Amino acid sequence: MKILVPVKRVPDPATTIRVLPDGSGIATDNIKWVINPFDEIAIEEALRIKEKQGSGEIVLCSIGQITWQEQLRTGLAMGADRAILVKSDQPLDTLAIARILVKVVNDEKPDLVILGKQAIDDDSNQVGQMMAEMLGWPQATFASQIEFADGKCKVTREVDGGLETIAFPLPAVVTTDLRLNEPRYASLPGIMKARKKELKEIAAESLGIDLAPRLRIKKLTAPPKREAGRKVESAAELVQLLHSDAKVI
Amino acid sequence: MDFELTSAQREIVAGVRALCERFPDSYWRDHDSRHEFPHEFYRAFAEAGYLGIAIPEDYGGSGLGITEAALVMSEAAHAGAMNAASAVHLSIFGLMPVVVHGSEDLKRRFLPAAARGEMHFSFAVTEPDAGNDITHIKTFARRDGDHYIVNGRKVFTTKAQEADRMLLLTRTTPIEKAPRRTDGMTLFLAPLDRKAVEVRELHKLGRHAVDTNMLFIDNLQVSAGDLVGEEGRGFRILMDGLNPERILTAAEGIGIGRAALDKAVRYASERIVFGRPIGQNQAIAHPLADAHARLEAAELMMLKAAWLFDRREPCGPEASTAKLLAAEAAFEACDRAVQTLGGYGYMQEYDVERFFRESRMLRIAPVSQEMVLNTISEHVLKLPRSY
Repeated sequence: MKILVPVKRVPDPATTIRVLPDGSGIATDNIKWVINPFDEIAIEEALRIKEKQGSGEIVLCSIGQITWQEQLRTGLAMGADRAILVKSDQPLDTLAIARILVKVVNDEKPDLVILGKQAIDDDSNQVGQMMAEMLGWPQATFASQIEFADGKCKVTREVDGGLETIAFPLPAVVTTDLRLNEPRYASLPGIMKARKKELKEIAAESLGIDLAPRLRIKKLTAPPKREAGRKVESAAELVQLLHSDAKVI
Repeated sequence: MDFELTSAQREIVAGVRALCERFPDSYWRDHDSRHEFPHEFYRAFAEAGYLGIAIPEDYGGSGLGITEAALVMSEAAHAGAMNAASAVHLSIFGLMPVVVHGSEDLKRRFLPAAARGEMHFSFAVTEPDAGNDITHIKTFARRDGDHYIVNGRKVFTTKAQEADRMLLLTRTTPIEKAPRRTDGMTLFLAPLDRKAVEVRELHKLGRHAVDTNMLFIDNLQVSAGDLVGEEGRGFRILMDGLNPERILTAAEGIGIGRAALDKAVRYASERIVFGRPIGQNQAIAHPLADAHARLEAAELMMLKAAWLFDRREPCGPEASTAKLLAAEAAFEACDRAVQTLGGYGYMQEYDVERFFRESRMLRIAPVSQEMVLNTISEHVLKLPRSY
């Protein structure tokens, strides 16, 4: 099975994010960049599918600046077979990203696209769904388990109040949830091997796709600083305060 | 001149950091307080291929240089300090004499198993009456047909509780009968056979997860096939391994110093006293800035020594200087971290007391600061030998 795993580069979740004074974005100096954790889960799942089936090809794809190579190399070191970097220096919105990925899918013809349900930077949660719609493929979002039987893909989804299991034919788009697996880390031989694997670069502008943003970020604001809580003497006092001060009951 | 790490080196650093992140401070704190060997970390390290970093590819390793090994060890110490570093240090550096001087048979038998982490190794060199004056060791190997019979005592033998084999330095000619003091010593990769070797654990100041022992060797039978290099040339063979050891120890010192500094800086930024973070006070900030500067300088020296070694150039003074500077920088950083955290710094829960205890060792081992200064005085400054 050929699997395409789109990968986004995001700030390390452990990094403290600072919003620029003019609210136009975040300060990117001193940030450690990593693979979006949900995409890392997608890479791991692709590796497990390939290992279980005994054959297949895993292709990673990122859309961004030349520095995004680093995260693709990490994915290759985990065990992916090759990678494509669609180079773009301008910020792209989710629709443009989905359009580029659809173009890559049409060129690569994978049986399955697995990607994170969302990227932890902008939390858009749109690209997988947009791709499935444009491709006319079945989609399974928030996957917590993926199985294959009788030529069909069976996905367990985490939904409000329980689990939903759906089955659909391939090709398809699957987006990963947190509990799907625990990604491996790259081994030293994996890191050394990854350096010899193919990492193809394509200029986004050369694809003939309308990349003009439909979405504009007007302003980013840091969340308000959390104030210390206060202790109350009794339940009665708590109820009283919830009523009179917080006005929630 | 190029101070940039290569992209491969940066990827290795990121890779080992990702592995180490799975072992949080609490893991090391618990193993240290329970005196329990970090088997999970050791296995993860082996499975990810890092134990074989400097073992040639033909023997199941990655065939990389001491520079890469040093970067890995620095990250290991940064994450789990000396408990992490010492758990894997001997597998990475200790077998270098075998890699360089071992017979094909010896390499085939042990290097792949070492790279896979299936065998643990000890370094049985120092004796109760012979440390820096290593030519005065008394442990004796007597040839008996196709094997040797070894008797003697060794001290400060790390990991002997886990080890399957030990790199064992012996005399095969007594010092009085040797043409030169450095002649007549022989190195073995000997079995740590508990029937002939009593292993007694020593109680120490820190790094409790990795044991240090005294060995009583009583008629240990060692096959002639376990000899490393030629009989009688053990001292020189061992000397070849000393520079990498000093470079790796320096790297570990830089790692532990940075671990302590990270904790101190975080605490200094968050702890509010008299209405402002204590890190705003220069009495707190300057010692931390100074510790950072010293660690940076030691790291440059360490990387220079590693670079020379990997180019097969002499690096004795550089490796020794790196160890000297890194040991001081590490201890200073750990001491300042304890001071920055105040009362909490003295508490186990805050980790810096553990780093402080562990870092003290670097001023003593694998060679004392004083002996390093002797080496620099004599061999670099060309002053008369003092001892």
